[in-house]
Amino acid sequence: MSKYILELKGITKTFPGVKALDNVCFQLKPGEIHALMGENGAGKSTFIKIITGVHQPDEGEIYFKGEQVVIDNPNDSKKLGIAAIYQHATSYPDLSVTENIFIGHEYICPQTKRLLWKKMNAKAQEYLDELGANFESTTMMKALSVAQQQIVEIAKALSANAEVIIMDEPTSSLTTSESEDLYRIAESLRDSGTSIIFISHRFEDMYRLADIVTVLRDSKYIGTWGVNEVSNEDLIKAMVGREITQLFPEKKRVLGKEILKVHGLGKIGYFSDISFTLRKGEILGLTGLVGAGRTELCQAIFGIHSYDKGHIYLEGSEVEINHPSDAMQLGIGYLPEDRQAQGLILEWGLEKNISLSALDKISRNGWLNKKEEIKIAKRLADKVNVKARSVFDLAKQLSGGNQQKVVVAKLLTADLKIIILDEPTKGVDVGAKSAIFEIMTDLAVQGYAIIMISSEMPEILGMSDRILVMREGRITAEMTGEEASQERILEAAMKKTA
Amino acid sequence: MAENKSKTVLNRGSVQKIRELGLLGFIVILSVFIQCRNPSFLTAENLNDLITNTAILSLLSVGMMMVIITRGIDLSIGATLALSGMITAMTVRSHPALSPFLALLLGTTIGLLCGIVIGFLVAKTSILPIIATLGMMNVFRGMTFLISGGRWVSAHQMSSSFKHIATGSIFGVNHLILIAIITYLIFYYFINHTRTGRKIYAVGSNPQSARISGINVDRTLWLVYAIMGALTGLSGVLWVSKFASAQSNTAMGYEMNVIAACVVGGVSIAGGTGKVSGLLSGVLLLGILNNALPLLNVSPFWQDAIQGGIILLAVIVGALVRRNTDKKNLIGREE
Repeated sequence: MSKYILELKGITKTFPGVKALDNVCFQLKPGEIHALMGENGAGKSTFIKIITGVHQPDEGEIYFKGEQVVIDNPNDSKKLGIAAIYQHATSYPDLSVTENIFIGHEYICPQTKRLLWKKMNAKAQEYLDELGANFESTTMMKALSVAQQQIVEIAKALSANAEVIIMDEPTSSLTTSESEDLYRIAESLRDSGTSIIFISHRFEDMYRLADIVTVLRDSKYIGTWGVNEVSNEDLIKAMVGREITQLFPEKKRVLGKEILKVHGLGKIGYFSDISFTLRKGEILGLTGLVGAGRTELCQAIFGIHSYDKGHIYLEGSEVEINHPSDAMQLGIGYLPEDRQAQGLILEWGLEKNISLSALDKISRNGWLNKKEEIKIAKRLADKVNVKARSVFDLAKQLSGGNQQKVVVAKLLTADLKIIILDEPTKGVDVGAKSAIFEIMTDLAVQGYAIIMISSEMPEILGMSDRILVMREGRITAEMTGEEASQERILEAAMKKTA
Repeated sequence: MAENKSKTVLNRGSVQKIRELGLLGFIVILSVFIQCRNPSFLTAENLNDLITNTAILSLLSVGMMMVIITRGIDLSIGATLALSGMITAMTVRSHPALSPFLALLLGTTIGLLCGIVIGFLVAKTSILPIIATLGMMNVFRGMTFLISGGRWVSAHQMSSSFKHIATGSIFGVNHLILIAIITYLIFYYFINHTRTGRKIYAVGSNPQSARISGINVDRTLWLVYAIMGALTGLSGVLWVSKFASAQSNTAMGYEMNVIAACVVGGVSIAGGTGKVSGLLSGVLLLGILNNALPLLNVSPFWQDAIQGGIILLAVIVGALVRRNTDKKNLIGREE
């Protein structure tokens, strides 16, 4: 028997006009956590789809436990014992946890063809207990948090007797403590002999968890290293193909006068007693666990949700914001967390997307001036350095990082003073991340005041002039960028009220 | 602007054009076939009839297109049309001297009011459009029966100036055709070249993004249903004038023809897409079917079924073209 449980040799896959994978090799040992890294578009997703049978390779061989296999469809890979857990859980929200776990391989009474719910519920509970879950197998899927849904996905993989589990960006919507739980589960799976392929943009994940890392770049295999023998810089270089000397631009801004003051803001069930100030040219980091009320607070300031209590002052005078259009008129812009669902119209060209929040500016007496629209779109797309063939490219044709830049460009069309960014780098690769940080710094230098919501510790620490930490709807700590540390933030985000 | 367009956009645009050309080609083939069977089809007189008879359908379709673009639907238009037609006809019966312009204005206003009610339900109470308009359809139809007492207003009770609205012509062009042409010109510019038109597409393509971009989604929805209502009210007066009779069951089920014209014309029920040029060919196809099937001596029992079959055929072809485009787009993403 081979020492590898899964081995891929010389995999090449061509889509019409593009080579998605070029002679890629990959080896996975039993009981190993193997990180797969690379920028967006490097070919990771295609590679995973080859393993799970969604795509078939044009060239190359796949060996499973030393024997050559052909994986023609997702069912074949399931039969071999390969399971994949995707970034966005692909579950059935209106079914129970048990039903989600056993869908497709239910226990059936051989004579009457009746479904054996009692048995399935008990077995599902067994898996959940094994994974240390704190919910029942009869819970509805939609009542669970993202982290809990991922545990269900893992239980589903276990119930299918998976020996190889692929996790595609599992931690991207998890908070630090939830990620920690996931690490623990992954480690216990590894110790019991399951192999895990782990895809992530987060270096913390990789260093914390993986034994071995393989890097893809531009559809090619770049190399495989033991995690302990490779430095952060070398890895970034391998992924990006160039050296990124500094992920975070230097902070050398002069803070202007106070522009926004929030006093005693509250909304029952979401946040209460929120007071803070924001100065011109300042980047204010807002962090805390997912569900701490950060997004709800910012959406209330932007007028998407209402607030029940408190006051908002803009440049000294009190304002009332009932609708996003009120906020934008006052000069407050919001970059939503989910750029595809809330920030863009994917079927539209960039020029129409960019002008959407500034239709007043490009029209006279209600008539659109399309030449002006294209001119503004071109200028702003250049300003934030969107990589596209022209401003008529459709938003859905762009990569995640470029889409995010388009949303930023859209904010710049309006005469804004305050920009609220909600998880601006979520699901964006290293190269685009540093570009977005650069844009943020530029904007701050120009005098924009920025509130950045983020769950990623390094970016909060690297970018913020000042940091607010929220927990359970309240601000539990405020610190300057210099005095902040990971420990202090975590303590404020998680401490329990006595 | 055209010379700046990149290759992808041209491709996408051309696919849309292929679809429209395909539909036009289909219409041409159909016309040739009909002409072979009955040479009186392509005569000036019959074509004039055809277009006059299609004018009302085309007015309603523009309104419906905008409603469908915002992911909505309006099932109440048949009833709204009957209500505004009935009230106008009864007013004309009791005031024979009423100017035709005032009659048109009256009908349009009644339709507008109906549309405002529906717009309120859809935009402000978040009842699904299909439910809200289904309910109001019954309400409006019931009101028509109530105010008329179930009786007709027939031709001899209408003043000749009123009947002249739909039968008269300027420079040999029937009033109905003129009204349709003017309406199309107005709405072509409204949809493609105004801020509000852009907002309508934005709301239909992605309501969440539109809202966060500072667009007042509720107001846009409300406006769209109000416009639909006003166009329906106008159509009601034209209908009653054309057929010289107002009945309580006027235009019952006609909303389905209108929706069919939109769908054949490439307006996606999922919202966000639809163009005036495409809509015109959809309306034309339905108009030809309505006109030609009797000419071909097709049994009336078969006419509906054949019409339905041809509509389905047109939609399937459209869907196949769209699926191909989507595939190309997917591959584009892998780059």
